[in-house]
This record gives sequence, C-alpha cells and structure tokens, in this order.
Amino acid sequence: MKSAVIVFPGSNCDRDLAVAFEAVSGKKPEMVWHRETELPDGLDLIGVPGGFSYGDYLRSGAMAARSPVMRAVAQAAERGAFVLGVCNGFQVLTESGLLPGALMRNAGIHFVCRDVELTVENSQSAFTSRYEAGERITVPVAHHDGNYVADAETLDRLEGEGRVAFRYAESVNGSARNIAGILNKGGNVLGMMPHPERVIEKAHGRTDGRRLFEGLTGSLLTRA
Amino acid sequence: MKARVFVTLKSGVLDPQGKAIQHALEGLGFGGVNDVRAGKLIELDLAEGTSQDDIEAMCRKLLANTVIENYRIEAVG
Repeated sequence: MKSAVIVFPGSNCDRDLAVAFEAVSGKKPEMVWHRETELPDGLDLIGVPGGFSYGDYLRSGAMAARSPVMRAVAQAAERGAFVLGVCNGFQVLTESGLLPGALMRNAGIHFVCRDVELTVENSQSAFTSRYEAGERITVPVAHHDGNYVADAETLDRLEGEGRVAFRYAESVNGSARNIAGILNKGGNVLGMMPHPERVIEKAHGRTDGRRLFEGLTGSLLTRA
Repeated sequence: MKARVFVTLKSGVLDPQGKAIQHALEGLGFGGVNDVRAGKLIELDLAEGTSQDDIEAMCRKLLANTVIENYRIEAVG
C-alpha cells in the first residue's frame, strides 16, 4: 500500500497517522509538505492529519484547505485513492469541499479531550469493512471545533445514502444527528473527528481504531 | 484603498460563543440582553483600483465559509 500523509504548518498528529499507516501496511508513508503541487505517483491512501494547521486562524482548516497540495489530493480522490481526514483533517476536507457541511465550535464551548463511544453505522465502506454494522467502539477525541453542521437536506442525503460512517453514542459536541464521521459519495473519502490512530496497539490501552486501517489495506488487496 | 469585511454566522446557525458572551454580560449586571451573536471584522489594505469583484471573490473563496457564514463588504476611503 503506497500512502502519504500531508503536513501543514501546525499539524501535530501527522507522525501518529504515519505510524498507523506503517504499522498496518508494513510500508512507511511519504510525508508531503503542503506547498508541494504534486503527490507521488500511484498513491493508494492519503492521510490528512489532526493538529492546528495555521493555528486554526480564520477558521479551523480553512487556510490549509487552500494549500497548493490540496488540488493534488482532490485529483487523487477523483481517481479513487482513499483519503482519510482526522480531526483537523476532517475540517480541511469540509473546507476544501471534498466533504459536505462544516465543523464549528463545540456546542458546550469547552475543548473536549476524552474517550468517546462511537457506533459504526455500517460496514459498507473500505474504512468500516472490518467492523460490524452497529458495533460500538471507543476512540479518543480532542477538539474544540468538532460540531458537525449541514442543512437538513444534506443531512438527510448523508443518512439516506449510508454515508454516515460513525456516530457518537451520546452527544459530545452538539454535532447534527451526533455525526462523528462521514463519507463522500464515492465512499473513498472519510472525514472523522475522533482519532483512530491513537488506539491501534496494545500500548495505547485499546485497539478499536486498528481495524479502520486494516479495512483499507484489506480493500487494496482485493482491488482489481 | 481599504475595505472592511464583516463575517457573520447565518441565522439559524448555533453560536455558543455568542451565548457565553450573553451570559457574561448578564453576570456583569446588564439586564435586557436578549441575544448576542459574535462575528469577525477583517480589514483589507488593498492596491488602488482593486475591483469589487475581486473583493467579493476573496470573501467567497476564503474569508467566509458560505456554508455557515454571510459576509458584508464596506469600502473605506
């Protein structure tokens, strides 16, 4: 599996995401600085990591989403590469239009930093293929602006098309319909606020996140 | 030339920061604060002759997230 992790000024979860990609695929991803206008050829998976790109100035992920590299990421997504945006990465994906809606300030105002229970809504996507539909998993969150908003029509469409990948079991940040992670229409781009890369090995105390990455490597093995 | 861009949340979008400000004002003894919504002012110092279209494009493409925000442009001087 050929993978890359995008690094913006202020990203700080890029290395954790790279460790997860390598742990599950056996291959180190390439770290790509946001100023690059091209990505390596033939990427199977691109990670857009968590952190505080551009200090969350203007809006979280807003300026990172307009970085030169994001055009190449959009093109890779267009040709079917997997794109995983975690936390700030999810914000970057909504700001870039690769996913609908927006992430706003948590409804409770506070920065939320704790383990949360998620429901895996369906196992249809590559990302969720190693989970059971309806399965409960526990994954940490750490964010101030995780409140997912979108108009009713968009929310209904996401639900109707099975594009809600993860849902908070209880309200965490006021997200509409408690949405924690969503997919694009093609099912190859996932954005989620929780950090699956923080729960992949025994030393993390939990491994609920590992199967997300295994689902991706598994899908690539069976791709034509 | 200068322009000022006011970026505000669309009505109907929850503004917990505005609510927090409202409570703080009430805590200071100001009664009758029915609602507070907080936005942003962005001041642009632009080359002479920058077109209105260009400023609109700046707003649409970056300064405001039109999914959740409105913008208003004020030319100053």
